Amino acid sequence: MSTLLNPAPVLLPPAAPRPARRGARAGRILGYLALIVASAAVLLPFYWMVVSSLKTNNEVFTLPVTWLPSSAEWHNYVDIWTRSDMTTWLGNTVLLSVVVTLLQVLTGSFAAYGFAKIRFPGRDVLFLAYVGTLAVPWQSYMIPQFVLLSKWHLSDTLWSIIAIQAFGALGVFLMKQFYESVPDELVDAARIDGMSEYGIYRRIMLPLSTPALASLALLTLVNTWNDFLGPLLYLRSNDLWTIQLGLRTFISQYSAEYALIMTGSVLSVLPIAVIFLVGQRYFVEGIATTGLKG
Amino acid sequence: MTTIPAARRRRNTLLGWSFLLPNFIGFALLTMVPVVLLFYYAFTSWDMFGGSEWTGLDNFQQMVRDASFRTALGNTLYYTVFHIPLTLLAALGLALLLNKRLRGVAFFRTVAFFPYITSIVAVAQVWNMLFSPGYGPINAVLRAVGVDNPPGWTTSADWSMPAVIVVGTWREMGYFMLIFLAGLQTVPGELYEAARVDGANAWQRLRAVTLPCLRPTTFFVIVMLTINSFKVFDLILVMTNGGPGQSTLVLAQYIYRKGFEENQFGYASAVSVVLFGICFLVTVVQFLVNRRREA
Repeated sequence: MSTLLNPAPVLLPPAAPRPARRGARAGRILGYLALIVASAAVLLPFYWMVVSSLKTNNEVFTLPVTWLPSSAEWHNYVDIWTRSDMTTWLGNTVLLSVVVTLLQVLTGSFAAYGFAKIRFPGRDVLFLAYVGTLAVPWQSYMIPQFVLLSKWHLSDTLWSIIAIQAFGALGVFLMKQFYESVPDELVDAARIDGMSEYGIYRRIMLPLSTPALASLALLTLVNTWNDFLGPLLYLRSNDLWTIQLGLRTFISQYSAEYALIMTGSVLSVLPIAVIFLVGQRYFVEGIATTGLKG
Repeated sequence: MTTIPAARRRRNTLLGWSFLLPNFIGFALLTMVPVVLLFYYAFTSWDMFGGSEWTGLDNFQQMVRDASFRTALGNTLYYTVFHIPLTLLAALGLALLLNKRLRGVAFFRTVAFFPYITSIVAVAQVWNMLFSPGYGPINAVLRAVGVDNPPGWTTSADWSMPAVIVVGTWREMGYFMLIFLAGLQTVPGELYEAARVDGANAWQRLRAVTLPCLRPTTFFVIVMLTINSFKVFDLILVMTNGGPGQSTLVLAQYIYRKGFEENQFGYASAVSVVLFGICFLVTVVQFLVNRRREA
């Protein structure tokens, strides 16, 4: 685990050995204090979520606040499956996340190769259009997009979510950044050896870009898993709901079932937490190279 | 470029497009076409049932008289004005702290980023419970430290927006911290050495070396924060649903209400154009400033 949690190389602090000074010690202590306070502020809501999911309903809101449940109510984690449609929601979410991620990674990296390594008229203008839409919030064109997808009878199908998520500009942008760092001489040498452009993409570029592909895949996966607005707009039938939409409905239906609501919340966050811990450095690198997230 | 023969150029064009097409078809149909359509719908009285009728500037004139629109715009500005500096300071502070050689820095870098990638529904629900006025932990702590009448947070028209701002800042600071950390790696170490030789203390080094070198990063962060603030929606939808009353109604949510709850697609598109315009303007300014810097 420790190797997986290593920070990305780009973010290593500059190694400047400092002469020991009187103020340094006080500074370090202050630094640690600040770190502890900040960690607590970030983590306490998650801690409270997990602890509440193991409490009885009455115990969630007691005064004074109890930071440990008197007895862990593990059965909450069994009950939630019968009290809600969790299985359907998770199934839909996994399906959507996998399909969207595959499409985004494949079409994104394929198009990025065209943008990065083949010169043709109009290429740069087209790329500007791609980048331009990264700054346009989806909220501002969700209405015409909805009208179009309804006309094509894709509304209230899982296809609608695949359609709106899989062809975003993020993938093209991230992969193009990476491909441009690959020297042109390498590509030219392969061309002289008679390799086709598709061969270069598949046999040289793809293997070289595994870290960038991993960053893109993880960012897309998490985005799709967490998307709430897309499913809210498009998925009306409850057998199509995703975990976010299902959880939201569960919260409004059982608004007083505090413990179970927290159990559902933990379950909706848990897969993301695992993916994040395993692929932490790919997230960090993805963010650092693009400075953008969908 | 001029030396490339015509046949080769034609070949390259075909090849290039063959790479772009699988993504471009989806991108054009689902992003570019909707963006163009938006500007048509904004001038029509389109609803879900009837056709669209060209109404010229009617929607925009209606917007000027629309008190709810003004409330939504005002609330969005309220969120923006507080969200930007708070997140900026928190992110910069964390980045400066994490740029030091302290034990546990790697752990915290992981932790700080986590809120940003967890689902908004779960996070908003937890915070709603934490903010619960009667029995929630936050008010319990406030009472314990001597605040007799702690705020009603999401149940109070005055305090719901501050509550949303707190959660928005909490959620986004880790992400911008990463961007600042990446920016800090570009500050040349020799500058610090030189400042130290000149006898500058930590505060002076921050003011004279770190902040000026970070200016491009800071600028980028401000632009991103502005766009993020203006498009804020899901956080509010789940935490307060715009209430109590209209105290947290924001632009994106107003578009949603007009479009998907009241079926006034034409009018909702006109409001979308305003949101689009604001974000577009911010981006153009960024583009121009960056170009001037490079020149």
